[in-house]
Amino acid sequence: MFDTLKSRIYQGNQFIKDIRNAPMREQFRGLPLLKETNCDNCSKCLNICPTGALSLNPLKIDMGKCTFCGACKNICSRNAINFSNFYKLASTSRENLMVDERTTEELYEKTAVKVKEEITSLFSKSLKLRQVSAGGCNGCEMELNACSNVNFDMGRFGIDFVASPRHADGIVITGPITKNMAYALEDCYQAVPEPKIVILCGACAISGGIFQNSTEIDRNFLLKYPIDLYIPGCPVHPLTFINAILSYVRNKK
Amino acid sequence: MSNWIKTKNNEKIDLNSIPTLEIKVLREEIIRLCKLDMRPIGFFGKDWGNNTTKLFVALADDKNGALYVSSSIFEFPASNYESLTPDIPAFHIFEREFYEDFNIKPLNHPWLKPLRKNQDNYQFFKMDGEEVHEVAVGPIHAGVIEPGHFRFMCNGETVYHLEIMLGYQHRGIENLMAQRPSNQLAESISGDSVIAYNLAYSQVMENLKGISVSNKAQLIRKLALEMERAAIHIGDLGAIAGDIAYLMGASVFGATRTLVINTMLEFSGSRFGRGLITIGGVNFDIDDEKIKRAEKTFEKVESDVKRMVKTMLKNSTVISRLEKTGTISTERAKEIGLVGMAARAAGLNLDSRFNFRDKWIDELNIEPVQIKGTGDVNARFKLRYREILQSFSIIKKIFARLRECTNEPVNCGYEALTKENSKDSFAISIVEGWRGEVVHIAMTDNKGNLTRYKIKDPSFNNWYGLALAVRNNGVSDFPLCNKSFNLSYSGNDL
Repeated sequence: MFDTLKSRIYQGNQFIKDIRNAPMREQFRGLPLLKETNCDNCSKCLNICPTGALSLNPLKIDMGKCTFCGACKNICSRNAINFSNFYKLASTSRENLMVDERTTEELYEKTAVKVKEEITSLFSKSLKLRQVSAGGCNGCEMELNACSNVNFDMGRFGIDFVASPRHADGIVITGPITKNMAYALEDCYQAVPEPKIVILCGACAISGGIFQNSTEIDRNFLLKYPIDLYIPGCPVHPLTFINAILSYVRNKK
Repeated sequence: MSNWIKTKNNEKIDLNSIPTLEIKVLREEIIRLCKLDMRPIGFFGKDWGNNTTKLFVALADDKNGALYVSSSIFEFPASNYESLTPDIPAFHIFEREFYEDFNIKPLNHPWLKPLRKNQDNYQFFKMDGEEVHEVAVGPIHAGVIEPGHFRFMCNGETVYHLEIMLGYQHRGIENLMAQRPSNQLAESISGDSVIAYNLAYSQVMENLKGISVSNKAQLIRKLALEMERAAIHIGDLGAIAGDIAYLMGASVFGATRTLVINTMLEFSGSRFGRGLITIGGVNFDIDDEKIKRAEKTFEKVESDVKRMVKTMLKNSTVISRLEKTGTISTERAKEIGLVGMAARAAGLNLDSRFNFRDKWIDELNIEPVQIKGTGDVNARFKLRYREILQSFSIIKKIFARLRECTNEPVNCGYEALTKENSKDSFAISIVEGWRGEVVHIAMTDNKGNLTRYKIKDPSFNNWYGLALAVRNNGVSDFPLCNKSFNLSYSGNDL
């Protein structure tokens, strides 16, 4: 027991104190920053993008499809595409995930998440979520698990993943929604009591991502029910996820 | 051996040079070679036109580092053959997959259960008795993990049998891969083995395209593979600690893992190494400053892991939960064709890094881990710990070697990605990921287009091992057994 206590003292406190302004390593590929004037329409980036997230004239990147692989940046000889390490990528509307030349970190942070009074009044102190992996590759799942570890410690904000949908205030979907998971996802959603929110986590969930052309997926669920929050990433970084939830359920920035 | 063509890991062969045998002859040949200590790594069909299906078989000769490939043709309506499973049980899952994909029935297969489709049409085993009950779990589990259905047949608290039904993650990856292959798709097959999968894909494509990779790029790839192994093993030690309610271990290992994957983020821009490996090399160079920082981090990680494992294993309640839980014997492991880390913990000498060795194993003087393979959770825990230390020792050697090759290019640019594949070719690439061997097999047609892409995850072999391991254990020990294997759903379901 004394050894265990010694280990505890040796480890100290490791949680990130100010999670809303936590520093991110510069190598992280977050918000794309585009320079239209540098682009000469060579379309190499279009050919190399695995998910068709890019479009030219005007140059745009759809973060709902983007896997943040950086292939377009590597291929571009004219430095038209860059990725900043800005990680607060979530948005309450699908259209907002479309990044063009005008998008900057400050502008995006201001406009991306629209806070609703009914959400903040209900969930600002406690939000319990049921996660459903519907074809996810385990990347997003591992990062969502990491949200609860001692570094990120999401539980201190009253945000937790729960075992039963009956205990949940909403569901977090990862993966492109396979045919084989479609009914289980629907069942799970039905079991969550009202009022409930739906969060799409990762490129697969938002747009089908790298699997969008698969014949084995069935995304009808998303047409039937309203989506509250889109969190881009491949996989979603824990800081992206926690900040997304915090800016959605808590009023003050 | 005119019935087989002999090849090696990461070698291209002519598709037309693969012998085509009568299925009866092929069956006897397979049994003959498997009795000589070979094992299946590929058993899959391909639509061969005109209502015919060609069955390809690849066997691994681990002792000599050789691979043997052969094939057979099925012409409609003759659509069955005598099952191999009664003779070589390791084929059970391969035959189930082949049947599901091509509707060619293995006669007298003992258990032709669906693998990835039609889960609802399957009748689970039933058990009767006074204290007999069933526990059904999933497809959505209590935690944040991938979906799968487990059905425990219990007598009181004891598990008699566990039936596992998977396929919920089926995304049709093999078809997508043949239509539009990419490094990014390979990375998304199983998100916890990003490096292993992307490496196998890149190697197989480099073989087909005839691209060679610089020494520096090879070293960075190897470095990433060992970092992935160390990170996941550390995380899983934490998960095992969590499942026996030793929360100190869960917290410490969780935090220690963060250091490793954050170093990966520094190297590649992604915590799991996405975007690092590309056909022709790697996308990011690692400079001296990064190496220095990483060396310092890994020194701390290594000593923290050692310290925590030592503290943890001093605790008698920890030992009592780990020892003799979820045991699988060496004979049984061999029989059902267990691979990778789980097989080594059960006393089998299977590590494709050493069995199919490349030049680096000798050049860097890397030794395999020796462990007493008792096949229980304890063995898997200790093996993972030893492999973490082994990975860090390999990483140190790689860092030293990396400093010597500063001026080499790390990739071959855009041209490598767009270069045409060689025509009518067949290539196999095996990469030992942290879970075990990841096998990628690719074929091209007479125009150089990919026509078949076959993937085998170690979990494909090992899920059945988990089902056998939990027999006669308490049902509450299942999470512990499960975590000690930590198998992939998405890698199995594809």
